[in-house]
Amino acid sequence: MFSIYCPYCEEHREEDEFHAKGQAHIARPLDPESYSDKEWGEYLYFRDNPRGLHHELWVHATGCRKFFNISRDTLSYEIKETYKVGEQPHFTVNQDK
Amino acid sequence: MNLKSMTQKNRLQAGGRIDRNQPVNFEYNGTQYQGFVGDTLASALLANGVDVVGRSFKYSRPRGIVAAGADEPNAVLQLGATEATQVPNVRATQQELFNGLVAKSTNGWPSTDNDLMSYIGKVGGRMMPPGFYYKTFMYPQSLWDTYEKFIRKAAGLGRSPLENDPDIYDHINHHADVMVVGAGPAGLSAALVAGRTGARVILADEQAEFGGMLLHSNEIINGLPAAEWVAGVVAELSKMDNVMLLPRATVNGYHDHNFITIHERRTDHLADLAPKGQVRQRMHRVRAKWVVLATGAIERPLVYANNDVPGCMLASAISTYIKRYSVVPGKELVLMTTNDRGYQAAFDWQDAGRKVVAIVDTRAEPTGACVVEAQKRKLKVIKGSAVIEVKGRKRVSGVVIASINAVGDRVTGNVRTLSCDTVASAGGWSPAVHLSCHTGSRPEWRDDIQAFVPGATVQQQLVAGAINGSYRLAACLEEGGHCGALAAANAGFGEQSDELLEVAIVDNEISESASMALFHIPHTQPTSRAPKQFVDYQTDVTAAGIEVATREGYESIEHVKRYTAMGFGTDQGKLGNINGMAIAAKSMNKSIPETGTTIFRPNYTPITFGAIAGRHCGELFDPKRYSAMHRWHVQHGALFEDVGQWKRPWYFPKTGESMQDSLNRECKAVRDSVGILDASTLGKIDIQGKDAREFLGRVYSNAWAMLGVGKCRYGLMCGEDGMVFDDGVTACLAENHFIMTTTTGGAARVLEWLELYHQTEWSELEVYFNTVTDHWSTLTISGPNSRKLLAELTNDIDLSGDSFKFMDWHAGTVAGVPARVFRISFTGELSFEVNVQANYGMQVWEKVFEAGAKYNLTPYGTETMHVLRAEKGFIIAGQDTDGSVTPMDLGMGWCVSNKKPFSYIGKRGMAREDCLKPNRKQLVGLKTRDPKVVIPEGAQAVADPKQPIPMTMLGHVTSSYYSACLGHSIAMGFVRGGLDKMGEAVYYPQPDGSVIEAEICSPIFLDPKGERQNV
Amino acid sequence: MSDLMTKTEFKAPPQPAYALMNQLPGQGPRAESPLYHADLATLANKGPVEGGVHLQEQSLLGHLVLRGSLQNKSFVKGFAQVMGFKLPGALQSAEAGEVSVRWIAPDEWMLIVPGAEAFGIEKKLRQVMTGHVSIADVSGGQTVLVLAGKDAINVLKKSSAYDFHDSNFPVGKVVTTTFAKTQAVIRRIGPQKWELVVRRSFADYIWLWLQDACAEYGLIVRG
Repeated sequence: MFSIYCPYCEEHREEDEFHAKGQAHIARPLDPESYSDKEWGEYLYFRDNPRGLHHELWVHATGCRKFFNISRDTLSYEIKETYKVGEQPHFTVNQDK
Repeated sequence: MNLKSMTQKNRLQAGGRIDRNQPVNFEYNGTQYQGFVGDTLASALLANGVDVVGRSFKYSRPRGIVAAGADEPNAVLQLGATEATQVPNVRATQQELFNGLVAKSTNGWPSTDNDLMSYIGKVGGRMMPPGFYYKTFMYPQSLWDTYEKFIRKAAGLGRSPLENDPDIYDHINHHADVMVVGAGPAGLSAALVAGRTGARVILADEQAEFGGMLLHSNEIINGLPAAEWVAGVVAELSKMDNVMLLPRATVNGYHDHNFITIHERRTDHLADLAPKGQVRQRMHRVRAKWVVLATGAIERPLVYANNDVPGCMLASAISTYIKRYSVVPGKELVLMTTNDRGYQAAFDWQDAGRKVVAIVDTRAEPTGACVVEAQKRKLKVIKGSAVIEVKGRKRVSGVVIASINAVGDRVTGNVRTLSCDTVASAGGWSPAVHLSCHTGSRPEWRDDIQAFVPGATVQQQLVAGAINGSYRLAACLEEGGHCGALAAANAGFGEQSDELLEVAIVDNEISESASMALFHIPHTQPTSRAPKQFVDYQTDVTAAGIEVATREGYESIEHVKRYTAMGFGTDQGKLGNINGMAIAAKSMNKSIPETGTTIFRPNYTPITFGAIAGRHCGELFDPKRYSAMHRWHVQHGALFEDVGQWKRPWYFPKTGESMQDSLNRECKAVRDSVGILDASTLGKIDIQGKDAREFLGRVYSNAWAMLGVGKCRYGLMCGEDGMVFDDGVTACLAENHFIMTTTTGGAARVLEWLELYHQTEWSELEVYFNTVTDHWSTLTISGPNSRKLLAELTNDIDLSGDSFKFMDWHAGTVAGVPARVFRISFTGELSFEVNVQANYGMQVWEKVFEAGAKYNLTPYGTETMHVLRAEKGFIIAGQDTDGSVTPMDLGMGWCVSNKKPFSYIGKRGMAREDCLKPNRKQLVGLKTRDPKVVIPEGAQAVADPKQPIPMTMLGHVTSSYYSACLGHSIAMGFVRGGLDKMGEAVYYPQPDGSVIEAEICSPIFLDPKGERQNV
Repeated sequence: MSDLMTKTEFKAPPQPAYALMNQLPGQGPRAESPLYHADLATLANKGPVEGGVHLQEQSLLGHLVLRGSLQNKSFVKGFAQVMGFKLPGALQSAEAGEVSVRWIAPDEWMLIVPGAEAFGIEKKLRQVMTGHVSIADVSGGQTVLVLAGKDAINVLKKSSAYDFHDSNFPVGKVVTTTFAKTQAVIRRIGPQKWELVVRRSFADYIWLWLQDACAEYGLIVRG
């Protein structure tokens, strides 16, 4: 069970308060109609599955109900940081290497 | 029951930590025995001279007790005096004895002492080679059930109880600064030092008493016998408010982010059934800032021929039984050792007054203090030799010893036989790295100690003592103290002062000489032809079997493990894994670190389902949600349907009615007069903000810009893929204020969906969402008399059709309670949904019934609601949709706006080429040729029922009922291209071979013009 | 329908932006709290008098969910003006007399007031707060349970993985967290006293859960 720092409640909480919502930073296209079917399919369904650093969207479901991002190592399960929606991660793959 | 009572023939007159004044009676395999308070079941069995405790898994060989702790592979028993209290897989070495304990061996079918399988077992080497399951049972597959039953019975894996467990189990959560695992010398000193800093400390140990090896060691700490030092430390720890001590508590799992699960057995040592009101077992769930692993080490047995004959034991276990339990498990001992520590068992044996036949030291020239001590004791030490084979079947009768070469891979001669009944083997120690592996850390090999120690980890973890390869007592104490201080300091407590670290001084430590790296004892025969040399007792894996596996090309240790089943038993190969790896490495001419190790997974020892479930069972398995009117429903005989976690009235049967009778009656009441439904469970979301309307337009597929105050609108909610996932009516309460309803099951999902888009995509929109599902009670009054009925309950709402139109809502008072009334309909009848604050829901419900008697007001449940709405062709999201249907597939294109400027969720998805194809599965009505036949929901549609299997399936039935009002069955379902096939026939083949024929029709079976609801 | 339009106003606003509604009837209709069926009053009279945990339902209070931004001065100042104390910061609560407010999220607070005062307070807050603010009356949708006694903390530890230790959870702190298999807003209101705000539909589940979890300590129901 993870221990997750909620950037809104500003403390660590147990994983059972959270829901994972998949890969972070997948912005909804501003003009969906300009997307081809293939492009729309990629937006909808195609996700990274990295070995190592990954950015994920989570929600503090039974807490403050706020969505936020996590930079997590998919091998060690270490959470490197959590940050609010709209913010950028400090840990990125390039920097990590 | 066999009343033959045996004497405790192996019990010494004095010594040990047992209480001879408190005898304890117990039963094993139908025979009554006696032991003492302080015994484990294993020590009591050994005291009574019980040699055989089970039969082996594959070969059905007699097996005896080998170890004294969690590592015991053979004495894995079934406990329980009654059917309800049966517990399988209990290690006798860890089960404390209590009066009335009933135990049975499990690996003996038909009986442990003498059974059929052992004769099969004698030729079993041929019958059950490694890879046995793969090779033998692949074909014919139809016989697998037979094989499996036979194998399980023969293998004796224990059984679960057939009756409900009457005991209470629970969970408790903790947060600790320092979690210390293991209360041996290292763990005790870690806890003591950390505790003194004021940090929150938890110390857990699987044994009943803290102290570990110190409970039976001869060492002197701070001038005191070790056990007395332990008592002093425990006393000091007990006084600390910041320290929690958990004996009888196995740390079973080490999970991500320093999360620890501990299985505490609170009453298992007291009785078969927990004393009334007490919790039998408790799962402690600990989030620790720092973890100190002081789990010690497990002695490795040596692998030699017939090393599984009862009487073959670990050297350290023999010391434990003698010193702690005052039991000498035999008369004449031969000890085989690769190291100095092994000698202690022979000394303890001799001190107990029994005969040490010989100490067989595999080293050519051992020089340690223990060798000098052995000479002083006049013990016969045979150097450069090994026990290459054991004689005997149900008990050791002798050993074959021989000289071996310096590296220990060849017998060099001097083969002779010694008579004895017990063989102790001491092959060195394996640090108990199990927990450190649980979070993915790979152990690292250390040549100097010939063992794996915990490897690099991302956890906030420290290791102290024997787990770290530090076997000297002084080192254990010092490392423990150091780790305790460091862990506390890291967690923000205490200064790391030397003063704190001075926990203890060991006064009588002795020097040691080098041990020999030896795992597999050679035989005069090649391994493949020598008598069986067991590596893993529980799964009957032999050295020869591992060689076969590597010869057949299984080079990865993980593959060898799976091929041979090494480490697959309930003991997870605590004794055998390292030996197995060493043998695999040797046969592949690799080093052990090159071969690698398998890693251990939770749980360290088997755990009961009770402890896993805790209180989450029975009534508390899952929350049951109730509306404010639930009591009324119960009192009026409702049967309930689970909708999500809600208990909704399903229908209200009257005496003697069948379900169909009830539905017919309830449906007719609504169509003919008036019925009432408790709709409180529908999700309700209060939406406020100046951009609320814009937001609605983005999440619903239809238009919201023009919805006026006082109006309601039905909406479909789609995913980005264009597929419908929820629906409901939303009302405009005020210019910037709406209330949205969702399906009962979809409420939480929809709210999270709205928040997701608001928080991550459209945070510039000024809108807030709040759940008000539980705040409102919703009473749906439906039927031609609903207006008349409601009029009797309100005097401030004009209910006339001109003033209160369909899809309007009004505020007013109903039965004296302020209410919002929505004129919406899910039945097709004139309907009013009355919403009142839930504290008044029951009051209003009762008042409606008082007024409704003259209209035959009939309560109806979800099943009637389903029939009524299906008669009207209204969908239920989640029943008639499954995440693969667009609004157009549902024939609900009217609920999709293409004029909205914003590309709402689902618009682009619906426009994908595949979604626009004319031949998609579309929702249609279905009328059976035989009006009485109701097609089963889920039935598959085909065009030609005579087509050979596999038939071309066109779709399936989603909703199907008998309509009493229409006098025939009705159904809705998907048919490929169905909207263009009105009037055509489709067929539904049934499992019994019959075929139901239906005609495709409009799903609106009743009142297609909607005249009934617009009155 | 708007209750904002009273005789004292000089002119009616063009259209109210938010629907205000006094949801309480006058004298007469019986109110049933979410644990009405458990008849805690009778249990309080009949039940044991000694035990490690005390439980009381504080029923039929007024519950208002306030949403707004701390950047919105009318929201922050308006609250203080109407309530007489400030909105508390993250994980904190504030109270004055029978009125208390809990931080729920950076833009959300839960106000609990005597039942009859909820509508008046909602109305006053609406009058002083402008801009993007939402107020939702949820009085019917939840109830307050008070858990006290020397073993109350153990019952909390059995029910939630949150850290209730003094060092992490001092009096006045409030958290919204998982509780058994549902959720609760938990506030420490004394050294051995906690307040749980739970949802109506889950109240019976929590009542059953608490009876079970308290069994080994002895549960005393307070009327």
